[in-house]
Amino acid sequence: MNFVPKMNRRSFVIGSAAAGGGLAIGFDLPFGPKEAAAQTAAPELGVWVVIKPDDTVVIRMARSEMGQGTITGLAQLVAEELECDWSKVTYEYPTPGQNLARKRVWQSYSTGGSRGIRESHEYVRQGGASARMMLLQAAANEWKVSVEQCSAANSVITGPDGKRTTFGKVADAASKLPVPEKPKLKDPKDWKIAGKPIKRFGTEDKVTGKQVYGFDLKLPGMLNASIKESPVFGGKVKSFDAAKVSGMKGVKKVLQVGDTAVAVVADSWWQANTALEALPIVWDEGPNAKVSNATIAETLKAGLDAEQAFVGNQNGDIKAALTSAAKKVEAVYGYPYQNHVCMEPMNATARYTADKCEVWVPTQDGEASFAAVLAASGLPADKCEVYKLDLGGGFGRRGAFQDYVRQAVLIAKEMPGTPIKLLWSREEDMAQGRYHPVMQCKLVGAFDKDNNLTGLHMRLSGQSILASVRPQVLEQEKGRDPLAFQGVFQTGEHAFGYTVPNLLIDHAMRNPHVPPGFWRGVNINQNCIFLECFMDELALAAGQDALEFRRKLLGKHPRNLGVLNAVAERIGWGKPAPQGVHRGLAHMKAFNAYVAAAAEVSVTGNKVKVHRIVAATDPTYAVNPAQIDRQVAGSFVYGLSALFYQECTVKDGRMVELNFDTYNSMRIAQMPKVESIIMPAGGSGPWGGVGEPTICVAAPAVLNAYAAATGKRIRSFPLKNHNIELA
Amino acid sequence: MVRLTVNGKAHDIDVEPNTPLLWAIRENVGLTGTKYGCGVAQCGACTVHVDGVATRSCSFPVSAAVGKQITTIEGLAQSGALHRVQRAWIEHEVPQCGYCQSGMIMAVAELLKNKPKPTDADIDNTITNICRCGTFQQVRAAIHAAAAQA
Ligand code: FES
Ligand code: FES
Repeated sequence: MNFVPKMNRRSFVIGSAAAGGGLAIGFDLPFGPKEAAAQTAAPELGVWVVIKPDDTVVIRMARSEMGQGTITGLAQLVAEELECDWSKVTYEYPTPGQNLARKRVWQSYSTGGSRGIRESHEYVRQGGASARMMLLQAAANEWKVSVEQCSAANSVITGPDGKRTTFGKVADAASKLPVPEKPKLKDPKDWKIAGKPIKRFGTEDKVTGKQVYGFDLKLPGMLNASIKESPVFGGKVKSFDAAKVSGMKGVKKVLQVGDTAVAVVADSWWQANTALEALPIVWDEGPNAKVSNATIAETLKAGLDAEQAFVGNQNGDIKAALTSAAKKVEAVYGYPYQNHVCMEPMNATARYTADKCEVWVPTQDGEASFAAVLAASGLPADKCEVYKLDLGGGFGRRGAFQDYVRQAVLIAKEMPGTPIKLLWSREEDMAQGRYHPVMQCKLVGAFDKDNNLTGLHMRLSGQSILASVRPQVLEQEKGRDPLAFQGVFQTGEHAFGYTVPNLLIDHAMRNPHVPPGFWRGVNINQNCIFLECFMDELALAAGQDALEFRRKLLGKHPRNLGVLNAVAERIGWGKPAPQGVHRGLAHMKAFNAYVAAAAEVSVTGNKVKVHRIVAATDPTYAVNPAQIDRQVAGSFVYGLSALFYQECTVKDGRMVELNFDTYNSMRIAQMPKVESIIMPAGGSGPWGGVGEPTICVAAPAVLNAYAAATGKRIRSFPLKNHNIELA
Repeated sequence: MVRLTVNGKAHDIDVEPNTPLLWAIRENVGLTGTKYGCGVAQCGACTVHVDGVATRSCSFPVSAAVGKQITTIEGLAQSGALHRVQRAWIEHEVPQCGYCQSGMIMAVAELLKNKPKPTDADIDNTITNICRCGTFQQVRAAIHAAAAQA
């Protein structure tokens, strides 16, 4: 184990007795049988908590960590209910195979849609509370006193007459007691660990180079693979001339992967990739080889006025309102394809034998990876396993889509017994994305003679993600993709906040051949730009202040209004801005969080300087304000990079931009000062997400400020297409 | 065979001379703290020091590194004590996913060597690494904090 970094506060497998020995490790890995063996002996209190005799608390994590801080937040919630000493807390990832073998006791592994905390907080807190009750009961039993006489704090149990013991001492006895169901949870007002800006796990390993990402994995006897899939989506391999490269240094195998890809396996990845680049491949490009940005835009444009469209939100009579309007305002917007460009490109490592298929992968959904292993290996579930590694970014690319897992397994199947580490080049990562979908939008607003907004029609035309990713949802919805309406939907976690007497929001679905995916924030990115920029256009047409105009329409939605007012007040809306500085606002409800932004920009020639953005979020509860603050600022980097620089251009059926030289990402020089206002409303309503919601308000707030500065309204993106630069 | 001196230790490795230093360090020397992010000198994830100069190792052939002192993130700590940039990074909790941070830290370590008290403009002009998680606000604060420690 000596080449292996120290994995403080983290181990990768569990090994409880109930998990059947649990040691699903075939190799010398960055986590050792030593830790695992220790855990095997450690008693399990329910499914979420293991306490070792030395008082170490091991908290099980089903969700994934990709930099968003979810694992730390979840541990805080469990520890809060457990009443343990935070300094003794570590965590581990039960494998997807173990979850399946135990009838999914750890529930969902999916870490997308800003769900990590908001959808599991209740059952993980219950896990912590149940474990505490078991420990107290065990101490009471030992002391022969009633459990009411015992209390727990900081991993210590105290009882009558000065009796005192620790969690570690009673854990074994506690583990034999029944697990209380539905224990009562603490009032968040009494939180001591949750709700606090506690430092996240794992930082030291990240600043010393010790953290092992999927890209860094080393297994004995491992070979490396690089892959190229048909650059035209839907194309196939026609032929390739393996002889041209099979003599190159280090090359072990040149092979076709499925119908659509070719891979080279070599001693090192550099050798594999060099050979792959030299390999002559002929593609059967299929029916999409002529598709381009222009043809796609034409298709979408036709949808803007099409008869048929799916309704996402409706009230009153929009037709009548438009007909009888004293004044109408109309605008058409468009949003491009974009790639996630996770800093760590896609990868997976697989080892296949007839008896076992194991995969190591940075994944946002261990169970989705597991399903991909099952399908690609052809082995039954009890012969498959997945080991999750922390991700070098996910942003939605690594959850529902497990193409790299499938590829790694298919390659490993051709070389049984040899671990194969498949790494994508950045170019492959850019060419084979699951792209933020394209969308156009036509908005029409109607005013009466007193400049009251009487009607709003928002017609979306463009690509549905679920049509290709979860077609069963469309079946249930009679063809509609409800996700297309994120942020503007009738009800629910993405409900529209404005009250307009006559409203229609509908979607003409147009699905080009480019594979779409969930890209941080998903459809709120374009929907918030469309809606919130148009709100400014309407306010302008009505001769009203952008904030006052919105306030009038938000009377029925106090939490929407709350975040909007908070950013307006902090930025100094209505008061003079610094010389040459202009302001813009935007807000939305997304993933059950209420978010708003106010931006300050100045414009010199074609250069836009974003000086400052004030952001507010109301996610109902805030588990770790320090991590939320970082997610807010980080989401703005992601969102503003997209706004200013990023478009995946389709030409000849394939993507044009293949690396950061043509697909730029913001640097520190462009970073605005971000001030976040975290204002959880509390109460018994659903918790809101954190990782995604705020991303959507940055771009429209900046665009509105740009329009205030220049009088120019930009309606298609990225801004580089208008020769506008981020300074 | 090429002889590389990485973090003060000599390694004889069997690579083509035009192999990028990045891949020689990762795959032949076996130090994986230095990351691949683009391969075309854009992102800075692969930044190492070559004779003390911050260098994007993905676009630097191994042949050019022969006879030079190469320092990677693993070699930044001196006699068991973390470099002040690393300490500031921990204090300010800079990393999110962390994947870009080795390169970011190596770039900052060189900046502080050349400019012990960098201004914001110095930072803007010198630190051009990409971070997709968007940690820049913490990066800036941590640079100033590390500078204050000198
Ligand atoms: S990997 Fe070298 S600069 Fe991106
Ligand atoms: S911390 Fe994730 S890319 Fe920088």
